[in-house]
Amino acid sequence: MSLIVAKDLSKTYSTGAAKVEALKQVSFEIEAASFVSFIGPSASGKTTLLNLLGGLDRPTSGSLTVAGEDVSLLDRRRGAIFRGAHLGFIFQDFNLIPVLTVYENVEYPLLLVRTTPSAERAARVAKLLESVGMGDEAGKYPDQISGGQKQRVAVARALVTEPAIVLADEPTANLDTATAAAVIGLMRQMKDRLGTTFIFSTHDPRVVNEAEVLYNLEDGRIVGRREPRGRAYAQAV
Amino acid sequence: MRKLFEIAIRNLVRNRRRTILTGSLIAVGIIAVVVFGAVAGAFKGMMIAQFTDAVLGDLEVHRRGYVASIDNLPLTLNLSAQQVTAVERALQSIPEVEVYSPRVKLGAMFSNYLETTSIRLNGVDPEREFATVPLLPSRIKGGAQTIRKGEILIPDLLAQGMKVKVGSAVVVIATNQDGSVNALQLAVGGVLVSAAGPSGRDAYIHMDDARELLRMEELEISEIAIGVREPGRVNEVYAQLTRLLASQVDAGGKPVFEVHTWEGLSPFSSIARMIDLLAVFIKVALVAIVLISVMNVMLMAVYERIREIGTIAAMGTLPGKILAMFVIEGFSLGVFGTVVGGALGSVIVLLVRAARPTFDFARVEGLVLAPVVTAGDLLVVSGIVVLVSVLASLQPAFKASRMEPVEALRHA
Repeated sequence: MSLIVAKDLSKTYSTGAAKVEALKQVSFEIEAASFVSFIGPSASGKTTLLNLLGGLDRPTSGSLTVAGEDVSLLDRRRGAIFRGAHLGFIFQDFNLIPVLTVYENVEYPLLLVRTTPSAERAARVAKLLESVGMGDEAGKYPDQISGGQKQRVAVARALVTEPAIVLADEPTANLDTATAAAVIGLMRQMKDRLGTTFIFSTHDPRVVNEAEVLYNLEDGRIVGRREPRGRAYAQAV
Repeated sequence: MRKLFEIAIRNLVRNRRRTILTGSLIAVGIIAVVVFGAVAGAFKGMMIAQFTDAVLGDLEVHRRGYVASIDNLPLTLNLSAQQVTAVERALQSIPEVEVYSPRVKLGAMFSNYLETTSIRLNGVDPEREFATVPLLPSRIKGGAQTIRKGEILIPDLLAQGMKVKVGSAVVVIATNQDGSVNALQLAVGGVLVSAAGPSGRDAYIHMDDARELLRMEELEISEIAIGVREPGRVNEVYAQLTRLLASQVDAGGKPVFEVHTWEGLSPFSSIARMIDLLAVFIKVALVAIVLISVMNVMLMAVYERIREIGTIAAMGTLPGKILAMFVIEGFSLGVFGTVVGGALGSVIVLLVRAARPTFDFARVEGLVLAPVVTAGDLLVVSGIVVLVSVLASLQPAFKASRMEPVEALRHA
């Protein structure tokens, strides 16, 4: 069975009398351990789709099963437990907690969402910070590091719990080529080692080129599906 | 939990100026409560001690109906020897009762052979009276500090008005229960400095002289004044004594005795109640200050951190933990204000105590005010402030915990 199954998924926002159909009867399936990208122009429904996949929002109609759970039925508390157990988020604007250091931001999901033993927590945080090249900046606060560095911390925070699914909104938008390559490499490594599924909403060709499955969204509909590299690529790597 | 406290404190430090302002506001409220409570408490305690230790005793037992007619000092409502024995038996069974002093009270005429005026006589056993109201000897100006047979201690206003001094011969005239008028010649043994309270025309004579003056064949007692070992346990003794004496009823089935604390006997009790009421008002004002300021700060904090709330909710932070984060922040703010206010308030009280300010009350001069802050007082005020801080944080915290992550993340 697919890790994610979306069937006739629609999302309509009401703003006063006006109604905006952000997603219109979208259906797709995503397998475990895959690299999937949703591309499309602004307001095509990419972010809405990621929000639905992350259980942050509820569909107006249709069904959405993620990791065997119908996320449209989750209440606030069960939604939080589900996200904490299965998902990692990389936000376009990093969304780091300003009162926490780089180290503490990455540690947060292990400490306050899951209760990982301290030794294991320390090892995982240190390893991930080294992997994204932020080992030396661990004690700094978000306002003391650059945008690119913030993005790397956000990536580390999303990966630190080793979630089944990582939802990433423009994860490489603020990174230079070398760092972007390193981050993508890290993600691919996690995918291969742990079977993590990465779902991107992106314009970045560096990410698009890495995708095994590419969905093209326009006006809330999926207008194309491609497999630029296919699963054979993943197995070859 | 430690991390939640760390995050709360960092969030408070993040907006340092606002935290200091709000903390200062709370601290000022606490200082007001602590200083007013200590000063007013010291004043009240001192005044109560003036009444209980110099005039009344901690408690008094009378025949039922006596206090209602106390202005007339009715001899018809005296306690018989049998009734006195019943009261003494009850008093001896209460370990907290340290001492008691029976008194014969009567209205009399006081004459210096030239002029005559009315006077209230207290016939007492000096040893027991001085043990029950230990400040009484210190009020005796001139003469021996005791009450000897054949002598009378008169209030200073009366001494001045009647132009008598220690050693002067005077006559007291009284009517007994049978209606016969009797006179007794006495010497002024001392002059009493006025105490605050209803003692302006009270004079003291020896119990035996009172008995002689009233031609009593069997001693009758108007009241029994009681001294309690610990002033804080007066109400406890009052309850015990009232319970023990309740079994003594007259032919009509009504209680024979009535028991009063100083509050039932002194008009100062209404002033004391006003002081207590003022203290309550100040505490209510403090609660309002804390409630409004903490709630305001926490609402601002939630509003400013909507995206952060969305982020941590998206990462899977449980609503209860988000609620706890903000409640802990409000709690920490309350603790900050409490610590600063409690410390400064205590220092101010210590300074006032060290300055030894004096004041006069009625005709009592030079009373030294010695305010004290007890750990209990501080704990109560701190408890109120911290509790109100937590309560004030609950609504904003609840609001934060109920936010939809997607809405919060969209917030600019």
